[in-house]
Amino acid sequence: MSRAYFSVFKLSLLNGMQYRVAALAGVSTQFFWGFMIIMIFEAFYNSSVQGQPIELSQMITYVWLQQAFLSFIMLWFRDQELFGLITTGNIAYELCRPAEIYGLWYAKLLAQRLASAILRSLPILIVASVLPDPYRLNWPADIPTVLLFIISLSLGLLLVVSISMLIYISVFITLSPTGSLLLFGVLGEFLAGMIIPVPLMPGWLQDIVKIFPFHYTADFPFRVYTGHIPQDEAVKGLGFQFVWLIGLVITGKFTMSRSLRHVVVQGG
Amino acid sequence: MSLYFKYLLILFKSQMQYRTSFWLLSFGQFFIPFTVFAGVYLMFERFGEIKGWSFFEVALCFSIIHMAFAISECFARGFDAFSGLIISGEFDRLLVRPRSTVLQVMGSKFEFTRIGRLIQSLLVLVWAISQLTLEWTLLKGFVLFMMIASGTIIFTGIYILAATLCFWTIQGIEVANIFTDGGREMAQYPLNIYHKWVARFFTYVIPFGCVNYVPLLFILGKISNHTIWHVISPLAGFLFLLPCLLVWRFGVRHYVSTGS
Repeated sequence: MSRAYFSVFKLSLLNGMQYRVAALAGVSTQFFWGFMIIMIFEAFYNSSVQGQPIELSQMITYVWLQQAFLSFIMLWFRDQELFGLITTGNIAYELCRPAEIYGLWYAKLLAQRLASAILRSLPILIVASVLPDPYRLNWPADIPTVLLFIISLSLGLLLVVSISMLIYISVFITLSPTGSLLLFGVLGEFLAGMIIPVPLMPGWLQDIVKIFPFHYTADFPFRVYTGHIPQDEAVKGLGFQFVWLIGLVITGKFTMSRSLRHVVVQGG
Repeated sequence: MSLYFKYLLILFKSQMQYRTSFWLLSFGQFFIPFTVFAGVYLMFERFGEIKGWSFFEVALCFSIIHMAFAISECFARGFDAFSGLIISGEFDRLLVRPRSTVLQVMGSKFEFTRIGRLIQSLLVLVWAISQLTLEWTLLKGFVLFMMIASGTIIFTGIYILAATLCFWTIQGIEVANIFTDGGREMAQYPLNIYHKWVARFFTYVIPFGCVNYVPLLFILGKISNHTIWHVISPLAGFLFLLPCLLVWRFGVRHYVSTGS
C-alpha cells in the first residue's frame, strides 16, 4: 500500500527535477526579491531610533530563508492537472485506482514542492551565506538549533501540503479554483508573515496570527533558525505543529470522502 | 485607433456575459494589493518613517505605481499573454492583416477585472492626498496625471519587450517578472531608500523613478529649488517606449512561423 504512495512521490520528484532552466530563472528572480526586501528593511531600521523586536541581521537571514524555501511556504503553488481532473470529470479514473486518493495526491504535491526546493534552495543558501557582511545569511548558533530547524521545516512542509489539499478539496464544491486559491493565497500568505514578518506585526495582529496554522509553515522554522525563538519554546512549537498537522490531515481526509460521496460523474 | 476601441468594446461585452465571475474576480483583484498596502501601513506603524518619508508620502508613491500597473495590465494584457498567440499559430493570422501588429496584439486581450486593483489604488491615492497638506496648482495636478500615464506606458513597454523574446523562446519568461512585478514592488517606495546603483538603474534604464520618485520631490515640495527636470521627468516613460517598439519590429521581421 505505502509502496504505491512512495512510487508516486518518486515519479513526481523526478519529474519536477527536470525543469532546471526554469529553476535557474527562479533563483535569479528570488535573489532580486531578496535584495529588494532587505534594502527596504535596512532603510526602515536605519530610520528608527528605538530598538525593534528582531534585529536587522536576524531579519536578513529570515528573508533569505523565505526566498530559499519559497516552494515550501507559498500556497498558490498549484497543480493545474489536479484541478483539471476535478473540473473535467476525469477524477473518475483516479477513483478507480486501488489506492486512496488523499494519500496519492498528498504524495504528489509533497514531491513537487520538494523537487522545486531541492533545485532552488541550495544555490540561494550557498550564495547568500558568502555575501558581504550586512547582507549575509548567518549560520545558526549551534547544532541543536540546526536539528530543531530541520524538524520544524519538515513539519512545516507537511503542514503546507495538508493546507493546500484543502484548497483542492474545496474545488469539488466550487468547481473553480480561483476563489479558494485567492482566499487561501492572500490571507494565508499574510498570516504566514510573507508580507510583513510576524515579529514586526503589532501585538493584536500577532494574537490573530497565532490562532491560525499558517505561521507554523514559514515564520516559525525561520525564527527557530535565527534563534529569535529560544530552544525550549521551539520544542513546544514543534508539538503545536504536530497537532495542527494531525488535525488538518484528518479534516482533509474527512471532507474529501464526504465530497467524493457526492461526486456525480456524467458519462461520455 | 478606432479599430482599437472596437476590439475594446467587443471584448468588454464578451467579458460582461459572465457578470458574476467578473465581479468576483474584480473583488479578488481589490484584495491582492490590499494586503500589500496593509503591510506598508504596519511597517510604518512599527518604524515611523523611512529615510525622511512619512507614511502618506509613501502611500502616494504606492498608489501611483499601482494604478499605472493596473491600467497597463488591463489594456496591454495582449502582450503579456503573447506566448499563447505564438504557440497556437494565431500570430500568423495577424501578420496577413493590413494593420499594425502592435495594435492587433494589444487588442487581442483585455483584463477588465483589474478595475478592482485600480479602485483600491485610487482609494489610497485619495486618502494620501487628503491627509497631506499640499498647495495644489494646476501644474502639479497635470504632473500627477502624467505620472500615472507615463507609468502605464513603461509597464506596457516591458510587456512588449518580454513578448518580443517569445519570437526566440516560447518558454514563459520568469525573468521578465523582475521588471514588472519587481519594478512595481520596488517603486512603491521612494527610490532613495535603495542603494545608488539600484536607484540609478530604475531611473535611467527603466525609468520607474521618473514617474513617481523624481516628480514627487517636486509635488511634495521636498526640494526647495526644483528644476524643470523634476517637472518633465514623467516624459521619460514615453521615451522608453520607443526602443521597445523598435525591438518589437525587429522581432516581427525575424519571426519564422512553424507553419503548422
